[in-house]
Amino acid sequence: MRLIDALIAPFAYDFMVRAFIAALTVGLLCSVVGCYVVVRKLSFIGDGIAHASFAGIVVAYLRHMDYYVGAAIMAVATALGIGFVVRRGNVSLDTAIGVLFTGAFALGVFLMSQLKNYAVDLQDYLFGNILGVSQLDLTLTVALAAVVAVALIVLWRDLLYTSFDPVVAQTSGIPTAMIDYILLVLLALTIIVSLESVGIILVAALLVTPAAAAAQITRRLPTMMVVSAGIGTFCAVGGLYLSYYVNAASGATIVLLATFCFFAALGAGARMRRAA
Amino acid sequence: MSIPVVTSAVEAAVAACDLEVAYDDGRVGLTQVNFALAPGQVLGVIGPNGSGKSTLLKATAGLLRVSSGTLLVFGREPADLAPGSVAYVPQIEAVDWHFPATVRDIVSMGRFPKIGRLRRFSARDRALVDQALEAVELLNLADRTIGLLSGGQQQRAFLARALAQEPAIYLLDEPTTGVDAATEENLLHLVRTLAGNGKPVMMSTHDLERARDWFDRLLVLDTHQVLEGTTSDVLATHPGLAHSHAHGHPKP
Repeated sequence: MRLIDALIAPFAYDFMVRAFIAALTVGLLCSVVGCYVVVRKLSFIGDGIAHASFAGIVVAYLRHMDYYVGAAIMAVATALGIGFVVRRGNVSLDTAIGVLFTGAFALGVFLMSQLKNYAVDLQDYLFGNILGVSQLDLTLTVALAAVVAVALIVLWRDLLYTSFDPVVAQTSGIPTAMIDYILLVLLALTIIVSLESVGIILVAALLVTPAAAAAQITRRLPTMMVVSAGIGTFCAVGGLYLSYYVNAASGATIVLLATFCFFAALGAGARMRRAA
Repeated sequence: MSIPVVTSAVEAAVAACDLEVAYDDGRVGLTQVNFALAPGQVLGVIGPNGSGKSTLLKATAGLLRVSSGTLLVFGREPADLAPGSVAYVPQIEAVDWHFPATVRDIVSMGRFPKIGRLRRFSARDRALVDQALEAVELLNLADRTIGLLSGGQQQRAFLARALAQEPAIYLLDEPTTGVDAATEENLLHLVRTLAGNGKPVMMSTHDLERARDWFDRLLVLDTHQVLEGTTSDVLATHPGLAHSHAHGHPKP
């Protein structure tokens, strides 16, 4: 089989076309938002939001609602709750996440295990099932991604200044507390969009790994974002192809490819610094 | 309060009257502070660690709440000033210097209050950034990653960001702590130039050996106001001051 045929072949199926669009969107979005996750050291928060949203998904399933609704409510509530805990500073952040959000995840697993007719498709959200993305899911994914993208562009300077120097940003008239909350909500939306494709367990990797790889070989946030977006989309689309041909779990294949890219970037970055 | 005091408070760049500043948790960080700073004057804020030096600067920048008394900057409460009016220059430990940015990126942030969210940098904005870099002798390092800067260079990058902001007042938090001699000379020259151009400057410091070169007035704090006056008067009243504070340990 020629390469071009190998690349085109999966598109014979509608569900594969949808999967590729979803992978592209999720890869792009996670890797760009992930740059803020990496420079602001929010990866643990991302993991916490993802895990907590599972309880929302299970409750939505029990109530025969769309999973997006349950996941969105739980993820945004979690994100705002984390922001509140950070601002108040009574409980350390890692403790709050370790206790509350793994607790919410456990609630989700508990509720799922109580279901009479054991729901296989709920497990899809744990590990992702990009091949099961429906047309409605896809529309919502692209729409939410567009909202996040617009917010990132409009708030670019606020996010940049708040990320580097929140105190001076505040004296410069930037509503830093609001910006922090908005970033957490954008992070929550990004995670929701990604759940069906890569799953709760692996979404944190897609948020961190492409951005961390890009950080090794770039020196400014804008270029880091562009490179991260390139790595993220390459891994999402490439990982989907790989999973198609080796018949493996798509989410895991995507994340493994990203992990490989990270180590490659680590080596390249070390070489670049030696050369400089 | 008598009328002349109110009048001078309006004319002063900064005027504190029975000022008390509390933190978010309610603890009082500073109390009984009274001073007036005229445009073109440099005020040295001195005192041991934990004496409220940073607290005073942060309150003046509008970052901390005035819990009683008044603190007016150009006749207004700090929170009511136009964005960017106050340039607060924190200690360099306040940020993570591994952030992916060049020196020019950092200095450009000084323009953000003026240009807002979406407007592009004008030729004037870019010129101001270049002038600020030139003034702190960092123009040749403008495209260097900030993570590669020395402490003195980081401090100068922070000051350049403040210069690019074109503020009405400068608040410098221990800018001479841990910097090299050349940077200190550069900072001294800049601060005196700013004052010469009519800008008020408040600066906290541990280093009093050259207080007469730096400051027009001194404010001595120890969670309350110990002393305030011209540099000569304060040093004459407390000859031991220069010696006792000159070897203070910088904050960790």
